[in-house]
This record gives sequence, C-alpha cells and structure tokens, in this order.
Amino acid sequence: MAQMNMKEAIRDAMRVELKNDPNVIVFGEDVGKVGGVFRATEGLQGEFGEERVFDTPLAESAIAGMAVGMGLQGFRPVAEIQFVGFIYEALDQMFVQAARMRYRSGGRYNSPIVFRTPFGGGVKAAELHTDSLEGLAIQTPGIKVIVPSNPYDAKGLLVSAIRDNDPVFFMEHLNLYHAFRQDVPEEAYTVEIGKANIVREGADVTIIAYGLMVHTAMKAAEELEKNGVKAEVIDLRTLLPLDIETIVASIQKTNRAIVVQEAQKTSGAAAEIIAQINEYAILHLEAPVLRVTGPDTVYPYAQIEDSWLPNVDRIVKAANQVINF
Amino acid sequence: MSKLPYEVHSEPVTPLSVLSPEGEVVNEAYMPNLTDDQLKEIMYRMVFTRTWDERAVNLGRQGRLGFYAPVSGQEASMVGSEYALNKDDFVCPGYRDMPQIVWHGLPLYQAFLYSRGHQHGGQIPEGVHVLMPQIIIGAQILHATGVAMAFKKKGEKRVAITYTGDGGSSEGDFYEGLNFAGAFKLPVIYVVQNNGYAITTPFAKQTAAQSIAHKALAAGVRGVQVDGMDVLAVIKAVSEAAERGRNGEGATLIEMITYRFRPHSMADDTSKYRTKDEEGEWSVKDPITRFAKFLEKKGLWTDEDTARVKEEAKATVNEHIKKAEATDKMTVSGLIDSMFETTPAYLEAQKADFQ
Ligand SMILES: Cc1ncc(C[n+]2csc(CCOP(=O)(O)OP(=O)(O)O)c2C)c(N)n1
Ligand SMILES: [Mg+2]
Repeated sequence: MAQMNMKEAIRDAMRVELKNDPNVIVFGEDVGKVGGVFRATEGLQGEFGEERVFDTPLAESAIAGMAVGMGLQGFRPVAEIQFVGFIYEALDQMFVQAARMRYRSGGRYNSPIVFRTPFGGGVKAAELHTDSLEGLAIQTPGIKVIVPSNPYDAKGLLVSAIRDNDPVFFMEHLNLYHAFRQDVPEEAYTVEIGKANIVREGADVTIIAYGLMVHTAMKAAEELEKNGVKAEVIDLRTLLPLDIETIVASIQKTNRAIVVQEAQKTSGAAAEIIAQINEYAILHLEAPVLRVTGPDTVYPYAQIEDSWLPNVDRIVKAANQVINF
Repeated sequence: MSKLPYEVHSEPVTPLSVLSPEGEVVNEAYMPNLTDDQLKEIMYRMVFTRTWDERAVNLGRQGRLGFYAPVSGQEASMVGSEYALNKDDFVCPGYRDMPQIVWHGLPLYQAFLYSRGHQHGGQIPEGVHVLMPQIIIGAQILHATGVAMAFKKKGEKRVAITYTGDGGSSEGDFYEGLNFAGAFKLPVIYVVQNNGYAITTPFAKQTAAQSIAHKALAAGVRGVQVDGMDVLAVIKAVSEAAERGRNGEGATLIEMITYRFRPHSMADDTSKYRTKDEEGEWSVKDPITRFAKFLEKKGLWTDEDTARVKEEAKATVNEHIKKAEATDKMTVSGLIDSMFETTPAYLEAQKADFQ
C-alpha cells in the first residue's frame, strides 16, 4: 500500500496498465515530457518512452479521432483532453465515431479507448475549464461514463476502463486531484464499472452524488445527523451504466431521496436518475425526489462560482424538504 | 534533392525584418511610412504594455487578478499589428491577446474585471470593434472569417484580424477558416504569433510544415513570415495585408516569429521544457530594446522617456485595478438574467435557490 492523492492514483493506473499491456498507449496535449498541465502523466514518458507516451499537436478532434483509428488496430489508447471544455472540439470523434464503432461495424470493430479529462468547479479557472459535461455523455449511446470521488476508486476504475473494450469517458474532478490521500495498492486492481458505493449508511433519506459532490453530501449528512436525521450517501462512481439496483435498495429503506450534481439542473444525470427512480421505486417514495444542482446558466466566471455551486446548506435544505414533505 | 514535375514545391521563406537587433535599418525598402510622433506613440505603447504585464503578474500573485496570460516578448507583434489597423477594423483575439483589444479601445479596467472573473469585463463599449479573448483555441479564427464575410457583403472597406499561436495553427478551425477565406476571397488577416511553444510543446513537435506561413499555400491565400520582434516589420506586413483586404485582394496569413519571455500562465514552470540558454538568446532580441535603439539614433527617445512611460503606466494600471476592485460584485440572479433577452419562467424560478 502507498498513500496517494487522486492524481497520483490516476497516474498509477496508467503506469500499471502501460506495464501490463504493450498495447496501452497514452497521448494528448503536453502529456509527454512534463506530464500534462496537472502532471497526471508525469514520469510516464521517462519510464515507458516516447513511443508509448507522447505529446500531440494542439487539436482535440485529431486526438480523439486518432484514438479511434489506433483502436481499430489493436491499441488501447488513453487519450487526454486537457480540460473538459475542449471536448466540444472532439465531440464528433468521441460521441459519434468512437461511440458508434461497434454498432456501425456490427461488432467487427470496437473502440477500446479511455478519454480522460479534468472537469469541475471551485478553482477559479478560466472559462470552459470547469464545466460538468457528463450530461452530454450519458445521453450518448455507446460510451460509458465514470466519475471517481477518491484515489482508491480512481485507480481501480481507470484500470477497469483501460481494460474495457468499449469507449469510456473518464472525468476527473480537478478539485479532487490533491484534496486528500488514501491507501492505494501499488499493484493493478479493478473497481467494477457500473457499481455504486454506499459511503454512509442511514435510514431517513438517501443522498445520491458523484465526484466532488460526494464529499459535500457527506458534510451535509453530518449536519443532518446533528438534528437526528440519518442520511444514506451513495457515491455513484459510474454514471453510465447506472447502478439503479443500489439506488432502489436504498430508497426501499429510506423512502426519500435527493440527487446532488454540480452540473446545471435541466436534463442532466440527476434528471435521468430521478426518471429511473420513478420507473423502479415510485411506490416506495414518501416524497418527490429533489435535485440540488447549479442553476441553468453558463458555468459562471470565477467571481461567483462559489455561490453558484451546490453547497452543504442547499443539500441540507433539500433533505429537510423531502423529510418534512 | 530535385523535385519531380508532378510534385508540389514550396520554397523556404525568410522573415521580414526592417531593423537589425542593434536597431540599424537593414531593409529601407520595407520601412513603413510613419511620422516621428507615430514612432514615439508605438514605443510608448510597447513600454506601457511591458509595464502593465509586469504589474499584472504581480497583481496575480497577490490574488488581485485571476486568469492572466503574460505577454512580455510579444509586444511588437501585439502592439504593432493593432497599430496598423483602422479603428473600425474588427479584432478577434486569442486568450493571450489582451493588449490588442485594449489598444483598440477596451477600457483597461474591463480587462482587469475579465481577469477577475466578472461579467462586466466582457461588456464591450459601443464603438469598440473587438471580441473578448477566446479561450477555445481556434474558435475566434472562424468568427473573424464571418466578420470579414459580412464586411464584404456590405461593401465596407474594413478588415477583420484574428490571432492565434503556433499551437493554434494545428486546430481544425484554423485550416477551415483559412480555406473559407481563400474560397470567398475575404478581407481578413490571420496572425499566428509563433512563440515556439504551445504551453510546453515545442514548435518542432507541432508541425512538419516548413513554416506556419506555408500553410497559406494549401488554402490559396497569401502567406508571409515576419520577424515578430521587429515592430516596424510587423506594421509593414499588417498594413500591407489590410490594404489588400480593403482592395478586395483577399486574406493574408502572417506568421510572426516571436518568443514569450514569461511562463505560459501563472501556473507554469518554463525550466521543465526550455533552457536558460535559449531564453538568453531571445532576450537579446527584445523588441523594445531594438526599437529603442532605433529611436535613440534618430534622437526621438531617451532612457528618461522609458522611465517616464513606466511611471505613467504604473499609475494608470493602479487606477484601473482600483476601479475594477470597486465594481459591484456579480450575483447569481444577475447571471440568470444574462442568459436570454427575457428570462423564461423556469429560469426565473431558479433565483429562489440563490437569495
Ligand atoms: C481548444 C483548446 N484546446 C486546448 C486548450 C488549452 N491550452 C491553452 S493555451 C494552449 C497552448 C496554446 O499554444 P499557442 O497556440 O502556441 O499559443 P501561446 O500560448 O504560445 O500564445 C493550450 C493547449 C484550449 N484553451 N483550447
Ligand atoms: Mg505558442
């Protein structure tokens, strides 16, 4: 075991898989010599050489599209998009070409690609560096979507993603990269894609979250506890495929739920989760399921991002609302 | 190596210089036509921009500015290219190109507000023909192409100018814009400031093209390469390109060979990807020193002038940062109201969460 922060755990996942499988290859803007703008790939070029870990010219569509082409020839590309807002440049290649490869070839070809990108707010970055675009991805047929909340899961999920034969959009909350350390095994291990994790047990209300919001939800659960409310917190870990069984089982116990996401309110992950709760658990509900989200605006410039982002108070308020319904 | 008749040729290009690094005129034929007062004004702007850059980096360290991309080293290409325009020409900048839009008319305090993450920073005053810096590398190239198309359709004698870097010239948007400009013969100037690096990635890894200027060939537009540390060469090339645009002769791609003296952004460490020797080689080509030598020889500028402009710039920066800091804070409900012309009911209702 070693103590790692999430960035180091992510780097370690790439390292063990570069070691395990000669077809794994890592590329993107600035990922080579210096190891990326967050240094998430630092040292990998030194260890595995320029053939396997390299800088590309500045062009996201080409990065994603080259990954598709290499995937056709047996490589397992781990392609970095430097910041989440730049996936827009690559959307056709990621969400159409990679995501439809299996379908279009009737299973003859596939896209064993991981598209890694940092995302998420609270760091006063420039525009388009901090958006939460998982909603676009989960609406796209054919691509899996993973959002880890801690170092252990991040490594295990990334190893699973690299070994997965379908494309995976792997979203790394940049406010979690250096947030805390955890024991992380040095060897390769996997965390199953599509399995949520109950990070806190409780019988009164279920709080469903992913990424950084898991930690905000945990703080809210502590606040609620002070008033005798026992919240169960679910860390989804994977948004697609969604672990609806775990959600339903929890709601059967609590009969109340809220969903927390950093993304805007309309049509995102929270909306989909609530739709599925309606389908599978409506008769267990004592109150409508509420969302705590950003408002439906563009992710704001730095000055007001802290008031824009969901916080403990808003989560506590929503939890109390469903409890007192 | 001899080329076959059915192979496309491209010849090497030599960047246009008017001045030597010592400030001697080496290319009289390309000397732009400028009065002494204009020459002094250009110097004033370059020194001002350098001082503003130094202050901005410090203000960033103090947490009084947010996102900021340093410009030192690129003053000739930034200040000179803007100087060569008319006030009603339209500027579409990349994220490092704040000086061009400020010299084109954006009040400095708004540049600071933008950096501080305040929406009012981007509320460009009437009569100032610019966009705010574009974060998505390359997107602005297409906007300039569209603005130029509009000028052409309206029969106006105006040009659009857009800026990107050596890295930006690898984006699809760059090639697409260039190709449209060629196909529609548009009055647009594409400036690529080749400062040798895209964050950490050296130019050698960016492209196998002989130069960025050569990329114009494929699009059928005019391509030129300019010594971007020589403000007179920059002004010559941009004036010429603007003139051609106004005369209906189409677009020009201008590659400016330059260097950024400072890190890419506030969170960058140059020692990880470039050498002190290289930095030293470029520092002797400092565009301000070169131009100062030229002006000194003509008796138009002294060290005292530089000192005076620096003081003036510091005072102006101070005044504007104070104004930026005194501007009312943004609110989430104000943000909500900025999404549409009239705020729809569903969005109005969301204000309740942020009272
Ligand atoms: C579409 C897009 N991709 C990536 C980035 C991240 N990024 C910001 S600056 C930069 C390098 C730009 O290099 P260059 O075009 O040479 O301009 P310079 O910084 O040298 O002025 C990168 C990759 C971005 N802002 N937009
Ligand atoms: Mg550059």
